[in-house]
Amino acid sequence: MAKINIKINNIPLEVEEGMTILQAAKLIQVDIPHLCYHPDQSVRGHCRVCSVEVVGGRKLMPACATKVWEGMEVFTNTKKVYDTQKLLLEMILANHKQECLTCQRNGNCELQNLSKRFNLTSPKLPNVVEKLPVENNATCIVRDLSKCVKCGRCAKACREFQGIEAISYTGRSSHFKVMSAFGENLEKTDCILCGQCTAACPVGALVEKDDTDKVYEALQDPTKHVIVQVAPAVRVALGDAFGMEKASIVTSKMVTALRRLGFDQVFDTNFAADVTIMEEGTELLDRVQNGGTLPMITSCSPGWINFMEKHYPDQLAHLSTTKSPQQIFGALSKTYYPKVSGIDAKDIVTVSIMPCTAKKYEAARPEMGRDGMKDVDIVLTTRELSRMIATAGFDFAELPDDDFDAPMGIGTGAGAIFGATGGVMEAALRTVYEVATGKELVKVEFNDVRGYEGIKESEVDLNGTKVRIAVAHGLKNARVIMDAVRAGKCDYTFIEIMACPGGCIGGGGQPIKTTVDIKKMRMDALYDIDESLPLRKSHENPQVKEVYDNFLGKPCGHLSHDLLHTTYQKVDKKYTF
Amino acid sequence: MMRDEKGMMTPELRAEIDAILTASGNDGSKLVGILLDIQDIIPMHYIPEEVAYYLAEKLNVKVSNVYDVISFYASLYDRPRGQYPIQMCESIVCGVNDNGFVFATLQEMLGIGLNEATADGKYYLECVPCFGACDVAPAVRVNGKVYGHLNSREKIEAMLAELV
Ligand code: SF4
Ligand code: SF4
Ligand code: SF4
Ligand code: FES
Repeated sequence: MAKINIKINNIPLEVEEGMTILQAAKLIQVDIPHLCYHPDQSVRGHCRVCSVEVVGGRKLMPACATKVWEGMEVFTNTKKVYDTQKLLLEMILANHKQECLTCQRNGNCELQNLSKRFNLTSPKLPNVVEKLPVENNATCIVRDLSKCVKCGRCAKACREFQGIEAISYTGRSSHFKVMSAFGENLEKTDCILCGQCTAACPVGALVEKDDTDKVYEALQDPTKHVIVQVAPAVRVALGDAFGMEKASIVTSKMVTALRRLGFDQVFDTNFAADVTIMEEGTELLDRVQNGGTLPMITSCSPGWINFMEKHYPDQLAHLSTTKSPQQIFGALSKTYYPKVSGIDAKDIVTVSIMPCTAKKYEAARPEMGRDGMKDVDIVLTTRELSRMIATAGFDFAELPDDDFDAPMGIGTGAGAIFGATGGVMEAALRTVYEVATGKELVKVEFNDVRGYEGIKESEVDLNGTKVRIAVAHGLKNARVIMDAVRAGKCDYTFIEIMACPGGCIGGGGQPIKTTVDIKKMRMDALYDIDESLPLRKSHENPQVKEVYDNFLGKPCGHLSHDLLHTTYQKVDKKYTF
Repeated sequence: MMRDEKGMMTPELRAEIDAILTASGNDGSKLVGILLDIQDIIPMHYIPEEVAYYLAEKLNVKVSNVYDVISFYASLYDRPRGQYPIQMCESIVCGVNDNGFVFATLQEMLGIGLNEATADGKYYLECVPCFGACDVAPAVRVNGKVYGHLNSREKIEAMLAELV
């Protein structure tokens, strides 16, 4: 890229051509206020809060949407700029249900920050917000349109990452709203509950449903034995919520925090991920050898499953019947664990900490339980756990280290990388290769399936048989693959798909302000965890061996089938014709 | 927001919608025209949610896109109006020609206010931008037909009498 010379606030600087004013200002340590701008999305210039003066221009220009040019002179600090930005903010506040003290985004809200930054202590405009009912009867996502600042970030997340368009722009001028068609409850629309919109929203208009009260209640109940599992992607993101260096690996502090919150046992979803590989790997080999439906597609991402059930119901046979690690853990927590611990299943409360909003829906599915009990009782997102830790007053960054408990607390490196796009594929290949060839896999890294590219393809040689594989993340990419599968135009044997961009590390329940750059750091962190572990293949996990030897029998055996596999159903749209 | 229960798509309505779609070449880019045509044939002159879903499926677009269009254009409605939506021009010409009188009389005779329907769902009152009937102002438009020179109570009564 060519370099060009510009001046911002009279400070000369050399910047890359193609940069926006907003980006260039960062180089001189100026953060131009912004609200609708999100670094991972296309720029629409809705809010104009980023208005700045460009010498020679008649009107103020939006810094997020204006690219720099040679000789450009920008002022971000004139009275005109300040007055304009402040007036725009005041207008937004006048149309906003100001409930900071009781808002889920209190202390973590872009509008609140701007209001503080502009010292809006005596707004001159009266509040005229239309108080709309809060949509809080859903399993995963709560929506309060009276707090919506109409930035469009949710709609863009839904369209640009997921290609779903459950939320969109409606009406115009004073009736302009960002919402679903006919204002319908999200869960009844095309929405697949991935929560990407909640992660993109700058304010408290779209948030995860908070289930922390249920956890507090269980923890306080002396008759309950409360156990917790933590998904792989949480341990490389949770630190972000406490201002630690981005993507820090905080596994052992997190275990301490959970123990001190009062959980009776702290277990690891990575253990269940290893069991998943045993089941899914066996299922794959069975499908290949016995003419089952191919390509087989992974099934651990609940947003992806919702997508298949709603949008490709004719292709459900491609989905692996193996449950997700969360649900495999849940099933074992109510069957195997009571057996080895001597605790009655009905006294056990199983909590999951997940990077994902759709996991709440997955756990609530009627098929995910037995004898009137749910396998997973309560699901919290990473954000909800961070709030519990904050409530407890823990100085998270300074917590001492601790380890997961037995018998469901050992995970291999294969289980750890489940949290990144490509990770399930790589984990499966490590096991399938050894089972299929009977040979030791010396180089365990499959670099072709790593990285942030939307769709990755590769070929693996299994004892002379070439197996074509593909990996996709973000449902926009998944759609490309599924259209090819539906058309019979793909020669893949095995496909991994995760609903969220980057995989679980970029899940809709992860800390606010996750960007692509941060997701990449989290991916690296997961691969670091993998590399640091003595065991990197699921079938070598001693606790996994034990659960098969003493309880399940063999992978895809009778009991496994009962406990660890599931079925999928077409979900009708609101109207069918 | 007003919503419908299922079952409003009768086979007859479906056939009529299909005919409109075929006439437009099933072309999603002609959505505005398609929606206007459909709105004409729906008894309460609006686009029910179920119909929006049907169009999304037939035209292979997202239902949110269909709703964007409905909610964007002032002449498209997402909630029931009436069998006879009576449109009053809000322009100056009609204003000087006393459409205030028309509005007040209609309100009084029908017992409804602006953007309201009579209890039987028959009449609905709304204001729209000028529809080019200035020469016969004050005027109203009902389902595309203009009724002009409504400068007396009798003329307004006669106009309503036609709407049966
Ligand atoms: S969205 Fe932000 S500004 Fe609005 S009530 Fe919540 S914290 Fe306050
Ligand atoms: S949860 Fe996902 S699919 Fe649903 S509206 Fe939000 S971004 Fe779209
Ligand atoms: S819901 Fe949130 S992300 Fe969506 S437009 Fe409103 S403020 Fe923006
Ligand atoms: S941040 Fe630039 S227009 Fe909204």
